Amino acid sequence: MSGAAGSSTLPSDISARSGEHDPYRVGRHGGHGHGSTGSGAVGPASRYVTVTYGFWIFLLSDIIMFSAFFAGYAVLSGATAGGPTGRELFELPRVAIQTGLLLTSSFTCGLGSLASHRRDMAWTQIWLLVTGVLGAAFLVLEVQEFAAMIDEGAGPTRSAFLSSFFALVGCHGLHVGLGLLWLGTMMAQLWLKGFRDDILRRLHCFNLFWHALDIVWVAIFSLVYLLGASA
Amino acid sequence: MSVKDHREDHAPDMDDAAPGQETVNEREPVGGLQGYVIGFGFAVLLTAASFAVVMTDLVYGPAVVSALVVLAIGQMGVHLVFFLHLTTGPDNTNNVLALAFGIFVVVLVVLGSIWIMSHLNHAMMPMPGMNRFGS
Repeated sequence: MSGAAGSSTLPSDISARSGEHDPYRVGRHGGHGHGSTGSGAVGPASRYVTVTYGFWIFLLSDIIMFSAFFAGYAVLSGATAGGPTGRELFELPRVAIQTGLLLTSSFTCGLGSLASHRRDMAWTQIWLLVTGVLGAAFLVLEVQEFAAMIDEGAGPTRSAFLSSFFALVGCHGLHVGLGLLWLGTMMAQLWLKGFRDDILRRLHCFNLFWHALDIVWVAIFSLVYLLGASA
Repeated sequence: MSVKDHREDHAPDMDDAAPGQETVNEREPVGGLQGYVIGFGFAVLLTAASFAVVMTDLVYGPAVVSALVVLAIGQMGVHLVFFLHLTTGPDNTNNVLALAFGIFVVVLVVLGSIWIMSHLNHAMMPMPGMNRFGS
């Protein structure tokens, strides 16, 4: 008798307790406004936050990898082995145009992100397309510059300075190229699958990637081109 | 599930923001269209200043390096705040801490390399026909 009564009350007891107290705050009700940092007090973070945070960690690792290339360039920038120096090679007008292209593409990328928040497919695609065209123009200028330098006999095999220059700037250009492939993929996925949760997360990661590339370019045009042309 | 499940339909978590997330900073000047326009304007100004430092004689020669470094760091800060929406608010603690660790490693790698290699250069025996690193 007592055993039967216990087994009949137990399930309802458990469900009542978990429904009322939700000890691990899985439902994420309440817990706001206590000034807590992170998500320890309110249960697991949303998928959007965790995915983006993971991608942020990747971007920081990528920037650390770039810092190794920068360190190599800084150490070897004087090792011209009697060959051409940065002052003779770098054309600042071209660098200024490249900077303008990449900075504007970063801006249009942000406008595309705002359009995707409004669920505006036409403008999202337009801004992404503009971003891609500006990025491609940047890449064309960079390839032209590399081709001209190699034609002049200032290729990566000429001196340690040029090896490190091509490694650093080429690595950034490679990132831009891969970013363009990713951009095309995102435009196609958006077009075919619409504003789905997972697509929006990928689009957001792409935006972060593109802005991070612009940050790396700021370091390149200041510390490689401008410094090299003035020294 | 498909259309209704967008993140905008949930209330944004004010205690935890993803890098680049606009919803949390919506009411601040760094958020929305206004944030991108301000950030773009600052970035253009700082870029123009960097080029002006090199192309004109406004800045005393030996100070050009410092000026360029300061302008570059400033512009990176503008990008982080206005484009990547990193703020000092409690919602951004995780992102800012990760960034701080990243900057720490970057500074260690770059300054450490320059420091050690310049010492090695000084310690190297001068050889004929050699300016710095080989002929």
